[in-house]
Amino acid sequence: MNKEINLSCPVPHALDTTVTLAHGGGGRLMHQLIGKIFLSAFTDPALHEAHDGARLEPCPDKLAFTTDSFVVRPLFFPGGDIGSLSVHGTCNDLAMCGAQPLYLSCGFIIEEGLSLDALAAVAKSMARAAAEVGVRIVTGDTKVVERGKGDGLYLNTAGVGRILAPDPVSPERVRPGHLVVLSGDVGAHGAAILSVREGLKFDTALQSDAAHLWPAVRALLEADVDIRCLRDLTRGGLATAVNEIAQKSGCGISIDEAKVPIRPEVEGACEMFGLDPLYMACEGRLIAFVPPDHRERTLQALRSAGCEPAVIGAVSEKPAGEVRLQTRIGVERVLDMLSGEQLPRIC
Amino acid sequence: MKYLDEYRDRRAAERYARLLKSLAKHPWTVMEVCGGQTHSIVRFGIDRLLPPGLSLVHGPGCPVCVTPLELIDRAIAVSRRAEVVFCSFGDMLRVPGSRSSLLEARAQGADIRVVYSPLDAVAIAQELPDRQVVFFAVGFETTAPMTAMAAQQAKTLGLTNFSMLVAHVLVPPAMEAILSSPANKVQGFLAAGHVCTVAGFAEYQPLADKYRVPIVVTGFEPLDIFQGLVMLVRQLESGRCEVENQYARSARASGNRAAIALMREVFEPCARQWRGIGPIPLSGLRLRETYAALDAEQRFQVQGLVASEPKECLAGEVLQGLRKPHQCPAFGALCTPDHPLGAPMVSSEGACAAYHRYARDKQAA
Repeated sequence: MNKEINLSCPVPHALDTTVTLAHGGGGRLMHQLIGKIFLSAFTDPALHEAHDGARLEPCPDKLAFTTDSFVVRPLFFPGGDIGSLSVHGTCNDLAMCGAQPLYLSCGFIIEEGLSLDALAAVAKSMARAAAEVGVRIVTGDTKVVERGKGDGLYLNTAGVGRILAPDPVSPERVRPGHLVVLSGDVGAHGAAILSVREGLKFDTALQSDAAHLWPAVRALLEADVDIRCLRDLTRGGLATAVNEIAQKSGCGISIDEAKVPIRPEVEGACEMFGLDPLYMACEGRLIAFVPPDHRERTLQALRSAGCEPAVIGAVSEKPAGEVRLQTRIGVERVLDMLSGEQLPRIC
Repeated sequence: MKYLDEYRDRRAAERYARLLKSLAKHPWTVMEVCGGQTHSIVRFGIDRLLPPGLSLVHGPGCPVCVTPLELIDRAIAVSRRAEVVFCSFGDMLRVPGSRSSLLEARAQGADIRVVYSPLDAVAIAQELPDRQVVFFAVGFETTAPMTAMAAQQAKTLGLTNFSMLVAHVLVPPAMEAILSSPANKVQGFLAAGHVCTVAGFAEYQPLADKYRVPIVVTGFEPLDIFQGLVMLVRQLESGRCEVENQYARSARASGNRAAIALMREVFEPCARQWRGIGPIPLSGLRLRETYAALDAEQRFQVQGLVASEPKECLAGEVLQGLRKPHQCPAFGALCTPDHPLGAPMVSSEGACAAYHRYARDKQAA
């Protein structure tokens, strides 16, 4: 009976520092959480109305509407975090429709036990990323799930954008002869995430390439580039994106491996783990399909938006729906989609 | 990238290709032993630059591919136990056992974790003293020293909740099994550079002498493989059968002495079933008596499980170099990376997966 008795009640302290199920219960704690974390980070008047939905102004142009969910692990990684990623990801999907991102919603699914500091950091990072591209976070939702039922935090964002491209930006408008232009080096996001994954950590100066693509698309539109199709490179990397366009357009696409920019750090990490950089995830790179006479205009516009673009291939009639890769030693082979995720090799 | 671009230089590759064409006066069949080499060959398209008479067949050097079916079934049985945290390299998760895979077991609730080193599994055992942590030890001489180190560490720490399901295999006995088969077509080997870096290649000279085959220890980059082929074809054309070392920047005849000593302390050779090939004497490693307490097969009593391969899968013939992946009737139809019948369709080092990924069946050979 000599066990020390602690008279201080731990509950209020825990409520101050971590998210608990009570925060999702719809009562006072939930309102405190929303007030303390979300309303202080997100300042948009439509959100501060604290109504069931946001009331928005009408827009004269066609709209683009998209949604994406984010389950990245770890939540914070070199060059970004789940918050900035959730803004970039959805805004980039809008930009790929030739649309300027206007409004975002955000849904937070929080695992019990997440620290409030982490949550606040994610919310601030979302607000910062939204301000960078001028998109407004106008509505949101919060849920808390039991410990063990989530990976700390899942985010969903949906976005509405205003289409400024004069013609449809779509794989259907890709034709033989068009060029494939890549906006920068590939694989940095995937390699940066790998470098901080539990059980795989390695030291590197690598940063994720996560970034807004709307400035690049706006530059292309302002330069009157005849944009036939755009695609941002995400999971599955360059190889997957090019395959998707080949399949949807029914054209063949050839890519020259030697022309695809890859940073030495990314190439080194890929070699170490037996991964192919062409399949590594990116979060701030696009490929544009443009007519050959718009080559210089495209490159210049992308450079003016801070990109380091390269023409990496061309569209052909055949083989329909397939991608061919000219390898580094000059042999042509098929560049296919993967069955699943790339796994590091055993030895 | 430095030390990488140099080995992928297009002009140098073309020069080697021309040299090989002038050297190869007769048709030759040579085997690259390691799955990493197979992958490099199809990824870069090296085989498409070779003279028509020089045929490459793909060897058994894919650890995922040769791990026998019953061991995968045993792994799944162990992983399904409530007290077990099962740790495995990611590549093993998708390999089909006789009824399911570790990935399916995980989806159904088994606590299966992907680790990148056996030492991570030891760390998990330290963190979770109430759980039984089991490491699935697969791989050749390249990964066995790491497993040995984990065993040694677990023993030193006195961990009673750590064990391993050992499926390690050795390369030279498999090369001998291929050479001694009456159906053998292999006339020379590109030996696996990384396995030799660890285990050395002193064992290869008796093989070269007995079966009259040249063996060239070879690396994994395109120019490594071209140079290895040039050395091999020179030997074949002049009737020599020596052990040569192309991968001198990494491999030595004596290997890595510390790694070998560690392996010997923890493991001893044993007969092992190779998936698709069958039993090969002294081709596996098992825990020595002094480490027997770490044996998961004993601890969880799963030795009895036996299993048989699906009839449609001809992985054995592929692994012995008797058939190319796309010559298997199941290839691309019944058996794809999304629904693999055999292990070589799963691993990134598996010949069937490499052929499928680079769609070799759709291209003229």
